[in-house]
Amino acid sequence: MKANEEEQRHTIVVLVDNEPGVLARVIGLFSGRGYNIDSLTVAEVDKERGLSRINIVTSGTRVVIEQIKALLAKLVPVHKVQDLTVEGPAVERELALVKVVGDRERLIQALRIADFMHARLVDSRPDSLIFEVTGTSDELDAFIALVEPVEVSRAGVVAIARGPKALVPDRG
Amino acid sequence: MPATASATETSQLTGAQVIVKALQDQGVELIFGYPGGAVLPLYDVLFQQDKIRHILVRHEQAAVHAAEGYARSTGKVGVVLVTSGPGATNTVTGLTDALMDSTPIVCLTGQVPTHMIGNDAFQEADTVGITRPCTKHNYLVKRPEDLARIIHEAFHVARSGRPGPVVVDLPKNIQTGKAPYVGPEAVRLRGYRPRREPDLARVEEAIELLLRAQRPIFYVGGGVINAGPTACTLLTELVRATGAPITLTLMGLGAYPASDPQFLGMLGMHGTYEANMAMYECDLMLAIGARFDDRVTGRLDGFSPRSKKVHVDIDPSSINKNVVVDVPIVGDAELALLAMLDCFRRRANEHDPERLTGWWRQIEKWRAVDSLRFRQESRAIKPQTAIKRLWEKTRDRDVYVTTDVGQHQMWAAQHFKFDKPMRWLTSGGLGTMGFGFPAAIGVQLAHPEATVLCISGDASFVMNMQELSTAIQYRLPVKTFILNNEYMGMVRQWQDFFHGSRRAESYMAALPDFVKLAEAFGAVGLRASRIEELDPVIDAALAADKPVIVDVVVEKMENVYPMIPGGCAHNEIKLSPEDDGPHEPISEEGMVLV
Ligand SMILES: Cc1ncc(C[n+]2csc(CCOP(=O)(O)OP(=O)(O)O)c2C)c(N)n1
Ligand SMILES: [Mg+2]
Repeated sequence: MKANEEEQRHTIVVLVDNEPGVLARVIGLFSGRGYNIDSLTVAEVDKERGLSRINIVTSGTRVVIEQIKALLAKLVPVHKVQDLTVEGPAVERELALVKVVGDRERLIQALRIADFMHARLVDSRPDSLIFEVTGTSDELDAFIALVEPVEVSRAGVVAIARGPKALVPDRG
Repeated sequence: MPATASATETSQLTGAQVIVKALQDQGVELIFGYPGGAVLPLYDVLFQQDKIRHILVRHEQAAVHAAEGYARSTGKVGVVLVTSGPGATNTVTGLTDALMDSTPIVCLTGQVPTHMIGNDAFQEADTVGITRPCTKHNYLVKRPEDLARIIHEAFHVARSGRPGPVVVDLPKNIQTGKAPYVGPEAVRLRGYRPRREPDLARVEEAIELLLRAQRPIFYVGGGVINAGPTACTLLTELVRATGAPITLTLMGLGAYPASDPQFLGMLGMHGTYEANMAMYECDLMLAIGARFDDRVTGRLDGFSPRSKKVHVDIDPSSINKNVVVDVPIVGDAELALLAMLDCFRRRANEHDPERLTGWWRQIEKWRAVDSLRFRQESRAIKPQTAIKRLWEKTRDRDVYVTTDVGQHQMWAAQHFKFDKPMRWLTSGGLGTMGFGFPAAIGVQLAHPEATVLCISGDASFVMNMQELSTAIQYRLPVKTFILNNEYMGMVRQWQDFFHGSRRAESYMAALPDFVKLAEAFGAVGLRASRIEELDPVIDAALAADKPVIVDVVVEKMENVYPMIPGGCAHNEIKLSPEDDGPHEPISEEGMVLV
């Protein structure tokens, strides 16, 4: 509401019918109203029931976040909307493939960093390396800042709430 | 299709037959449409049955507006049928209009055969892509086995929750190929379950606030009309029981009887002084089925600054969107009003009507300002007089009124009084010029015996005047009154107020002779240019059993008052100046608002 109210980063997960156009509906909702999408991942998570899970990282004021959730819940193919930032502790992970190019010395330096930051070497050439790194977005940012790569491919955030409670559709 | 069709018979149906059977099972009586290559199989089936009547419009936009007129005056789903490509794209304005005004529409569009989709085939358009943001939901049917279920789902989605338009895109080969039939019970919407039951604890909270409020007001919108006549009756009972004042939005007119003394008139940009001042000064606002639209709130940080706010709405995304409220209640207005009334009656002994005396005394002072006053002094017809006489002369009739968009729309909202819901049809959210006449056609088809008036403007009417042909074909005695000021009056008013009277492109040069225009189509054309001609012309129009166009030549420079200029709060409302002198400059922030 108030323009000066602070924007907050929220991770929202959405359970949807895996049908054509569903992603376009979700994205259209954000673009049509000028909301941000910082990260977005989609994949089918329940083949039998034909359900996909969308993980969205967005930022906005409290009112905008409430609005986003209400609008998502209104979409016909949407089953469940959960705001992991609000609804208790959650695990968030992101995966990145990171390519480093340079002379021997640089590559050895990168291997050292990768070692203590738990990145995995997945391709190795005399003049280039590719690392696979998994962690929170902050951990990925830190790794990338240290190794100064030439190219990065990030998968976007996946997230899940901690504890025994599961996000499942009501029925059907 | 006989209702007794056996299993083997129904398995022999073509897609087009399945669609028509599904429409019949949904109780569809009327379809507004326009044929073309991609829907010929459907038209062929429609031709061979007589349960559903097809109304041929003259432009697909008008098909949607006519379906809106039908839907909003009956509470049923309006059905549209158009061809692919240009037929579908022509519906976009109507669909957006229906979305903004929460009107239940099912729009069937033809599509090129599935194997040609994406080839830029003749008359191909990405209809689901184009209509995604302007529908409540849409479908492209790709498999015959989904066809019947999707048609039924479309009706369910269109009419349930907050109603809206649904598009079903139908490739031609789906229409011609065989398809299985399933009935309405096949609907399988797993995630879609709009909440109807209100939270009773919240209702209790709302009534608690109401019992303690010194200066309460009901602020009610079109959502209550959508909830149905029972919701409107319950609203009236509740408002009367509490003794509180009520104001209605443009879309809500008729939800509460305008003739009742507790009614303060419409609120918002061109609302009454008493309604806007009461909204500003209230200590409790009960918003029901209204969405805090910017035409209603004015400047947000000056909107009713000292009130607690209760908001009842079927759409959770309408709550806390523009204005943060204290007691949100998600649910159907009928159920919420029933619960509120129950709760209020249970606690009636805590209700002290005396506590509102001061509030009403204040309201009566505002009322005495008589903010809708106008003076009919010369022989030139004031547009307000035209509306007033039209209302007075149709008071004992079963009357429906549609409008276009502009000054005439606001004067109609101010001076035509509605005591019943679903009698007033105007394009509120989108403000679509060209809505009124086709909407009136839809209303007249739904209510053949009723008096259907279309109050239009010289610029708006021209936007869908081709529909005169439709009105003639189906013998629809719609009475159109064009308040002819030879201007896009509302545009001219804003230019005069906010743009140094530079009237860029708002003069309507080369207008047709509306009398001859009517006659060219076979309708009755009448004209009133002087005050003494007004009553006889209204009488003649009402007596005609054909479509009538009345060219009401009105005072050109009349402005709509009161007015809350863009960027202002309710208490900064401007009343009609005695002389229409130059206007105070508007703030820069206000300038950018539309
Ligand atoms: C389709 C469309 N185009 C443009 C507008 C902007 N607009 C709002 S009111 C208006 C003028 C309407 O003129 P008229 O129908 O003569 O009504 P009046 O204001 O003169 O009563 C215009 C152009 C609109 N509302 N709809
Ligand atoms: Mg005009």
